[in-house]
Amino acid sequence: MMISSAIIPQPLAKLPWRLIWLVALICTIGIVTLYSAAGGSASPWALKQAITMLAFFGVAIGISYVPESFIKQMTFPAYVGIFMLLVLVEMIGFVGKGAQRWVDLGFIRLQPSEFMKPAIVLVLARFYDLLPSSDVRRWRGLWPAAALVFVPAGLILVQPDLGTAMMVILGGVTVMFIAGLPMWYFGAAAAAAAVAGPILFTMMHDYQRKRVLIFLDPESDPLGAGYHISQSKIAIGSGGVWGKGYLNGSQSHLDYLPEGHTDFVFATFVEEWGLVGGALLIIAFFMVIRWGMSVSRKAKTRFGQLAAAGLTATIFFYVSINLMMVMGLAPVVGIPLPLVSFGGSAVMTVMICLGILMALERQSRTRSSLS
Amino acid sequence: MKASRFTAAHQSMTFSRRMMLVGGAQAAFGGLLVARLGYLSVAQNKHYRLLSESNRVQLIIVPPRRGWIVDRRGKPIAINRSDFRVDLIPEQVEHPTETLRTLTDILQLTPDDVDRIIKEMKASRGYQPVQVAENVPYDQYAAITVRLPELPGVSPQRGFSRFYPAGPAVAHLVGFVGAASAKDYEKEKNPLLVTPGFKIGKEGLEKVLEPKLRGIPGGQRVELTARGKLVRELEPKPDRSGQTVQLTIDADLQEYAARRMGDQSGALVAMDVTGGDLLAYVSMPAFDPNSFSDGIGRTEWRMLSEDDHIPLLNKVAQGLYPSGSTIKPAMALAFLKQGIDPARRVNCPGGIRIGNRYFRCDAVHGSMDMHSAIERSCNTYFWATGLITDPEKTTEMVQYLGYGEKFDLPIPSQRFGTMPSPKWLKEKYHREWQGYDTANTSIGQGYVLINPMQLAVMPARLASGKLLLPRLLMPDRRLPTPNLDVDPAHLEIVRKAMSAVVNERGTAVGSKLPLEGILMAGKTGTAQVFKLGQRGHQSNWALRDHALFISFAPADAPRFAIGCIIEHGGFGASAAAPIVRDCMTYLFDRQKAMDALAPLEKQWGGTLAERTARRQAQFEAASKANLQA
Repeated sequence: MMISSAIIPQPLAKLPWRLIWLVALICTIGIVTLYSAAGGSASPWALKQAITMLAFFGVAIGISYVPESFIKQMTFPAYVGIFMLLVLVEMIGFVGKGAQRWVDLGFIRLQPSEFMKPAIVLVLARFYDLLPSSDVRRWRGLWPAAALVFVPAGLILVQPDLGTAMMVILGGVTVMFIAGLPMWYFGAAAAAAAVAGPILFTMMHDYQRKRVLIFLDPESDPLGAGYHISQSKIAIGSGGVWGKGYLNGSQSHLDYLPEGHTDFVFATFVEEWGLVGGALLIIAFFMVIRWGMSVSRKAKTRFGQLAAAGLTATIFFYVSINLMMVMGLAPVVGIPLPLVSFGGSAVMTVMICLGILMALERQSRTRSSLS
Repeated sequence: MKASRFTAAHQSMTFSRRMMLVGGAQAAFGGLLVARLGYLSVAQNKHYRLLSESNRVQLIIVPPRRGWIVDRRGKPIAINRSDFRVDLIPEQVEHPTETLRTLTDILQLTPDDVDRIIKEMKASRGYQPVQVAENVPYDQYAAITVRLPELPGVSPQRGFSRFYPAGPAVAHLVGFVGAASAKDYEKEKNPLLVTPGFKIGKEGLEKVLEPKLRGIPGGQRVELTARGKLVRELEPKPDRSGQTVQLTIDADLQEYAARRMGDQSGALVAMDVTGGDLLAYVSMPAFDPNSFSDGIGRTEWRMLSEDDHIPLLNKVAQGLYPSGSTIKPAMALAFLKQGIDPARRVNCPGGIRIGNRYFRCDAVHGSMDMHSAIERSCNTYFWATGLITDPEKTTEMVQYLGYGEKFDLPIPSQRFGTMPSPKWLKEKYHREWQGYDTANTSIGQGYVLINPMQLAVMPARLASGKLLLPRLLMPDRRLPTPNLDVDPAHLEIVRKAMSAVVNERGTAVGSKLPLEGILMAGKTGTAQVFKLGQRGHQSNWALRDHALFISFAPADAPRFAIGCIIEHGGFGASAAAPIVRDCMTYLFDRQKAMDALAPLEKQWGGTLAERTARRQAQFEAASKANLQA
């Protein structure tokens, strides 16, 4: 797995190269697709995205050198800080794209909900790390964790950002599941969700409700609100096995596909590269996730196990919710395809996740070599 | 407690197990996503490719050019004239308000036009253009073209509009074209119909021959963005012009007849007796089909529909009149067939008593045989002879010669009139045939109603001895026409009498042809409109009798037959016969006929074209006055 050659210096050789190549492949697909989505131009997306990716990749490599103990130490303060920012967004956030999501710190626009995705996983991992194993199946093993997840998720939901709130909850629940909470919790929660669904539906914003309804029957309104899903399916379906050829996607180039460079970038890609390209991308993501799961399995500490599994799950949910949405299996919730869609937030989140995963992986290796 | 037994070892086992579950779930999801991708791009590929293609490519309909209508010699009756039009492509308009204001200024659009344009712009989708104005004068077209850079979305174009060189002379023959109505579109669901500038036949031949004349639209296939912006033009599909339709009409005669009728209200039909070709099909006065095809103004429409000469009515197809004495040649033939001796004499003391009613003849004719009764149009002879023959059989013969007969002509909504018989009377009015019914029918009054077409068919059949059927469309193949089931000797008697009407001592001696060696045979008719006993000139135009005339020429070797009715023209001999005479002259010597027309037109205040132009100016003035009021 590691490249161990005398020519390559030791610190470089110790990097998880298989993962790096996979990430590089996915990022390349992203940039190449953005180039096409702009009508065969590096601006305004491809070049900017390439720079963003490189920068955050550097950040990820940097994070990979952070010791696990420091991550553990920083987890609670970071969670509290992000939580405060979320509250701040509620108070001074401004309206953009019909949702209150940003806090403008003057020099940078921050979307704290984005940081909450890895933070929730880490804080739960830390919580179950500290919790004596005998308490896992007790009440005190549940409620603090539930509070840690659902309070920020609630804040994100009222922003309103259904997609991110969902991802925060799913990430947290995955950690709780792996931590060994009783199975019936999850069964009961699923049943409760099934009951609460219709109630939640009535509380949704109009645009969200419309999206759910149209997800259930996109063909009912192919030119109105169902337009996104219909056009996305047309783009994907018309690509066929081999695609229409690079720079030849009519759906994206003629603007029929809305958001072809952000949330629906997968449709842009598949229209031109076909089933073959799409499957390759899905497999690449799956390999990344498998790598993350293996980091979790090999981790020596409970925090490492839970954090690695949770961060991997975050990436997994990112990818699969986006792909399901683009292929008409889930409602349009506004989650981008990480590393491929244009935009810095998702790249940042996923790179932070990967950086921490690499740190945990390095940790498990160095420890094992020490022992 | 169960929870207390949950140890670190348990935890580790649970972790492995749950990791497997999560990993398995993730793998399952991955599989699901790939499967979905495969389903969409392989199984559903065809469906989505079609949708993608129909997204990408739109067809801009290029209307076909309408087929021409030409006369028997190929002279154009209805053609296409290139004109200028201005359309708007809503998706490309950047500043709708300013653009519309500029267009209104340049094209002098009315508020109604502007309302319509705004409505259509809102309803239009994609690249579908909206018509701003058609028949734009060249200087306005040029003004728009010059200002195009500041008018994105405005598209000045060259188009085609229908043109009828003879104007009103052919109005009721060819009808006119117009934009398809919502109803037309409902019926056909053809997007061509709502293409700006496309016209369909609305009346007359234009309507009936629509399938032939329309042609096949072409298409400019274009690649468009979702916002309707043109990306590129793909290979176009050429349009196919409509077929040219050749009529049997002689356009020159048609126009001459229309001019010769002047401002009188009436109809004239001319027929070639060798095969039944209709040479003229005139109903006057008429509207100008050119102004109908451009979309007629409300004022012009109102003025036309209020005119007591009913220019909007196709009198050939829909006007029904008592035949008057024009029925007499046919009556005579019926009498002959029933064995009446042509030499049998009837004394005309100026009338006859039938039952308790006295029927008054036009004059005291004295002793009449068949020849002189036709020549002088003596009613008494026909009353008396009608009473001694079988009315059922008589009517049968008259019908056989064309009165009341239905003809298969490419003219929408025709009326064919009535030839009454005892059987018909019983069915229709549930009463027995009486002597006075015979009397009325014998002189073409009472229930007798005929249309102007039959006025030409009747003399054509008498002249040729053939069962001619009128036709308007030039046939590919001419089938021989069957002979009439009539004794040729009988026909000869009738023809001689008809010749005498014009050339001897008859009622139409004033209408002899001014030609060397060519005689016209004919029969006058005066159809009573108001009351018996008040015949002749009335000061009130609407109460005057209709004047009719049927004829054929040359009398000895017939070539042409003409039937004519002039509404409220008074005596047939004075109003209808001279018109027929001049038209007949025209068929043999055009110059002579034109010379006869010139002084008349001077007296009427100009040629038909000049008078039409003047009327048009009147319409426009009235419409302007209305607008200001």
